[in-house]
Amino acid sequence: MFGINYEVGVAMIDNDAASQNNVVDSSPDALQNRFGFLSKPPSREELVTHNGIILYLEDVTLSFDGFKALNDLTLYVEVGELRCIIGPNGAGKTTLMDVITGKTRPDSGSAFYGQTIDLLQMSEPQIATLGIGRKFQKPTVFEQHSVLENLELAMKSDKRVWVSLFKQLTGQEKDRIEEVLNLIGLTDFPRKMAGSLSHGQKQWLEIGMLLMQDPLLLLVDEPVAGMTQQESEATAELLTSLAGEHSVVVVEHDMEFVRSIARQVTVLHEGSVLAEGAFDVVQEDPIVREVYLGSS
Amino acid sequence: MLISRLLDHEKGGWAFLAVLLAAVVVVPIANLLIPEDSVFHLSTYMVTLLGKYLCYALLAIALDLVWGYCGILSLGHGAFFALGGYAMGMYLMRQVGSRGVYGHPELPDFMVFLDWDSLPWYWLGFDQFWFAMLMVMLVPGLLAFVFGWLAFRSRVSGVYLSIMTQALTYALMLAFFRNEMGFGGNNGLTDFKDILGSSLQTDFTRIVLFVSSAVALAAGYLLCRYIVTSKLGRVVTAVRDAEARTRFIGYRVEFYQVWIFTVSAVIAGIAGALYVPQVGIINPSEFQPLNSIELVVWVALGGRGTLYGAALGAGLVNYVKTILTGALPEIWLFVLGTLFVVVTVFLPKGVVGVWHQLRSRGSHD
Repeated sequence: MFGINYEVGVAMIDNDAASQNNVVDSSPDALQNRFGFLSKPPSREELVTHNGIILYLEDVTLSFDGFKALNDLTLYVEVGELRCIIGPNGAGKTTLMDVITGKTRPDSGSAFYGQTIDLLQMSEPQIATLGIGRKFQKPTVFEQHSVLENLELAMKSDKRVWVSLFKQLTGQEKDRIEEVLNLIGLTDFPRKMAGSLSHGQKQWLEIGMLLMQDPLLLLVDEPVAGMTQQESEATAELLTSLAGEHSVVVVEHDMEFVRSIARQVTVLHEGSVLAEGAFDVVQEDPIVREVYLGSS
Repeated sequence: MLISRLLDHEKGGWAFLAVLLAAVVVVPIANLLIPEDSVFHLSTYMVTLLGKYLCYALLAIALDLVWGYCGILSLGHGAFFALGGYAMGMYLMRQVGSRGVYGHPELPDFMVFLDWDSLPWYWLGFDQFWFAMLMVMLVPGLLAFVFGWLAFRSRVSGVYLSIMTQALTYALMLAFFRNEMGFGGNNGLTDFKDILGSSLQTDFTRIVLFVSSAVALAAGYLLCRYIVTSKLGRVVTAVRDAEARTRFIGYRVEFYQVWIFTVSAVIAGIAGALYVPQVGIINPSEFQPLNSIELVVWVALGGRGTLYGAALGAGLVNYVKTILTGALPEIWLFVLGTLFVVVTVFLPKGVVGVWHQLRSRGSHD
């Protein structure tokens, strides 16, 4: 697996340079790209490329007051992959998510979505519109809205103000909501206020909200924190079923949970990638054991 | 059809509209048809007072739209009300014509007094009713749009925004106090004669103004109801509850905030325009920060986030104010302060909230 990633990394250098140029030049295509927010988001076909990589992070460095939260971090995520990112506290896991979603800008390095979209040029809503969905550590659903309304708000649609004023749900959209309700196991109470759901249900609703955006890439921050064993298992099942259709990146502390879902694991330590590979292989890595697993 | 969709499961809203409808029918009859010596006669003074309350109620609904639904606590909404009022006042001044004290054919008295020899450019067009009405909406709307755009784009929110809106209304008050501004300075605009050709002093005109205020209030309520029950309304409430989350799912939060803030300012402006011909004066004291704070108390007391609650609060507080400032003027501000504290601590959902609580307790028994 290391080998494959490495090769892809090499292949990337060319593509990367090409796309950099693309952003700088002012051809209509490039402009479309930079202001892509105004036009339609790219389709799956446009993003999924022959080498099958959806997210490229290269040499990303970010420091807060001299502390390097991310240090030359390089990470590739493949289309349809389920990737777990683990690491001790302060390893930079959440910061990494912040960089991908545009909340924080790195000091140096590059972040590309597909081959041509420079995430560092985009605002948070633009990135969301492009098909990168994020689930926060703390479940944040709209508490004063019903389950149904939460899903409706999150749905991939024209999100301009005047459109929203006159928007009515189409039959197709209602079906989609129904489908997601089913997937996240909340079919029985679509009209219930999200604020009165249990912790686990809120987490699922939030994942459902991500799905409504029809994202290519799902970023999930500590999905099972505070969940019961049973809820945890249901979540594992849900995330596994999403991979394939979507690329899923999960940040998690719970090693039991990681073991139950992970095919690919990336270990972060002090802002850079310490090891990458199948869970069992990584688990046996002596350095990894020392910094992280060894302590537990 | 549309109304019943807007008021689905909204009993308070139905009651509110029913009260307004009843007022529109009963008040004119009681004032114009029932003889003055009857106990059922309603004096013109009372009609005007009720009309004033209706304008306040419309203003309260405008504030509830931004505060109750979008979480933007504006402490300067009185400014939009006053600007709408000034635009109407300018029209009424131009209608005075040569009947002013100085008898100048075109210039209002205060301009003659200041030795001005022609109308400033921004007074042009105000002799036309349609133009004045356009300005009633455009001026507050434009100010709210520019102010809102600058504030929300920089993600100013919470207390900082409240303080800025307070500063906005204070700055406008100081500006309008200056004679050179050309809005009558300290005295403002007054001594109006007629509106659309009919004298402001007749009972009939008063009744028409009252009915117009009631219709505007009902229309404003239904418009706000349309907004808050639309998807836009749900987005705006989402911004109130979890702004960052709303941004992450792809909404340009600042556009929504500016939009709702501007719409609210326009409604406040219309309320001000209906208020001025009924009270007969508009002066810079309408920009006082205190007015805007009082407005917040109305909405909080009535119950924010319900629209009709805001209107109810405006009616209740102003009724108490009318009685108290008549009987014991010096204690009014203390009462207002106490009301604010009591409501914040004990009635977080206002009078409407208490009513709902009592009702749901009743239904459990």
